[in-house]
Amino acid sequence: MRKPMKFLLPAAAFLLAGCASAPAAPDYDQLTVAIMKASFRDQGIARTDRLAQDDTNRACSAADVAGKPLDEATARALEAANLKTVKMPLDGKFLGDWKEGEKIAQDGRGMTWNDKAGALSGGNCYNCHQISKQELSFGTIGPSLYHYGKTRGVTDPDSPAARAVVEYTWRKIWNAKSYNACSDMPRFGHAGILNEQQIRDVMALLLDPKSPVNQ
Amino acid sequence: MRMTKILAMAALVGLAASAAWAQKTTEEGIAEYRAMLQDGNPAELFEAKGEDLWKKPRGPKNASLEKCDLGKGAGVVKGAFVELPRYFPDTKRVQDLESRLLTCMETLQGFNAAEIANTPFGKGEQANLEGLVAWISSESRGMKFNLPQSRTEEKTMYEVGKRLFFARAGTHDFACASCHGTDNKRIRLQDLPNLTKPSGAASGFGSWPAYRVSSGELWGMQRRLNDCYRQQRFPYPRFGSDATIALAVYMGVTGKGGESVAPAIKR
Amino acid sequence: MGDPMRIRAQVAGANAVVRVLMAHEMESGQRKDSAGKMIPAWHIQDVTATLNGKTVMTAEWGPAVSKNPFLQFTVKGAKAGDKIGISWKDTKGDSRTDEATVS
Repeated sequence: MRKPMKFLLPAAAFLLAGCASAPAAPDYDQLTVAIMKASFRDQGIARTDRLAQDDTNRACSAADVAGKPLDEATARALEAANLKTVKMPLDGKFLGDWKEGEKIAQDGRGMTWNDKAGALSGGNCYNCHQISKQELSFGTIGPSLYHYGKTRGVTDPDSPAARAVVEYTWRKIWNAKSYNACSDMPRFGHAGILNEQQIRDVMALLLDPKSPVNQ
Repeated sequence: MRMTKILAMAALVGLAASAAWAQKTTEEGIAEYRAMLQDGNPAELFEAKGEDLWKKPRGPKNASLEKCDLGKGAGVVKGAFVELPRYFPDTKRVQDLESRLLTCMETLQGFNAAEIANTPFGKGEQANLEGLVAWISSESRGMKFNLPQSRTEEKTMYEVGKRLFFARAGTHDFACASCHGTDNKRIRLQDLPNLTKPSGAASGFGSWPAYRVSSGELWGMQRRLNDCYRQQRFPYPRFGSDATIALAVYMGVTGKGGESVAPAIKR
Repeated sequence: MGDPMRIRAQVAGANAVVRVLMAHEMESGQRKDSAGKMIPAWHIQDVTATLNGKTVMTAEWGPAVSKNPFLQFTVKGAKAGDKIGISWKDTKGDSRTDEATVS
């Protein structure tokens, strides 16, 4: 029988059962959850309920710890579940203003404990992606998005020919895990990081033939 | 001897205006800037303060920290930094440098550890901690990381730290691994060490505490982790909490054999 | 009197290379605080370096020099055992002098 693990106050010691008969491999996963709970507190708008992992985060974190990718079945199931969360634009308008989109891509603010409740967030896209040619300060965590619309042959985003690419891009921004269960990309629409208009503006940055991205 | 008047020289910032600069690649320019910053690291000013604070009788008990045990025996500072975090029998905890200093400041000097833990970074006794960690880490400069993993508690903290490292959560689904789990990535123009591999862990873990030129502040590992979690949109990690210590164990053990360069200098 | 400087002076051929780290906020006078008010200027204005008591360099610094400034210069004819003195005076009238021996 496994002895229960006891924990005291947040910053205090945790006692390991000092029994002579070694317990079965300790449940490190359970212990980690407990330590996480005890180690964090609310601050500003960042509350401890943010520690709760949904199915996607839990499965992908476990896969990373194990050093093995998710099995196909689980990955496909999670992708399908994430796809269901995508809200397409009610008026059918997918593109906004690329100039605003560029501002959103440059802006890394929002949703930290220093940010105000209700304030608009940025997308922080340049953190991880190359986007326009002019901006040299870009990250490499994600692929380059330079010439995004151009490479996909989008000359008229409103045309039927472009429909598939436009809808894919919308869904990817809304919930990136729809297409890659363990993507590192935040779920901008699903998590409420960007609102519908902001996503339209980012869409324009990527797909508007007049956008600097496609020059 | 001729007097030479120098106007506004010696500035670390503002060198980028010269014409020669513009001909280098961005990476070369940044590398040169960083090399120039290495010489004359303002962290040395904090080291000097820290050495004084170690030896000075302070607090309600008017005692120095010279009897503090950082893991290699009471008062032994040389080599202590590269063996932390480790288990301490007196507190029955695995502790990092900063939480261990709180223990000593309380038991030896009579300070209130919980109060210091709740003090904002850079204020009050937290400011003094900056000097102490700068000096104590400097006393291990060039030595190789060799965190003990002989006790169950130490091994457990490694396993917990590993799981925390990969734990995706918060509004943005970020884990430490989202930025620090792959080779040769960068955020904007900031290179990211891969903390899951020995060389990345050694350079990443071994370069904090560090002086941050952009804010003119000395940051210890607690502050560095705190700001990581803020940007991950997590809630607030308590100062010296088990989660922060477990992460340090994971990084330090992964970086075993690497050389410490702390206190380093950062942008 | 401000916080102590760190001075290192090392012989290099017929000269000595002197490196100084000064502890100073170096407020430019152009920054605003969180309330939107301008933070008043407070920075080192005059720097003097001496070799065995004799002035070998003076400098006038302005708001462009950043916090905790680093200064490096070469002194001709300095030998091991010589005394290097560094003094600064800031816009509030505060001053500091520290010494080091050339090694």
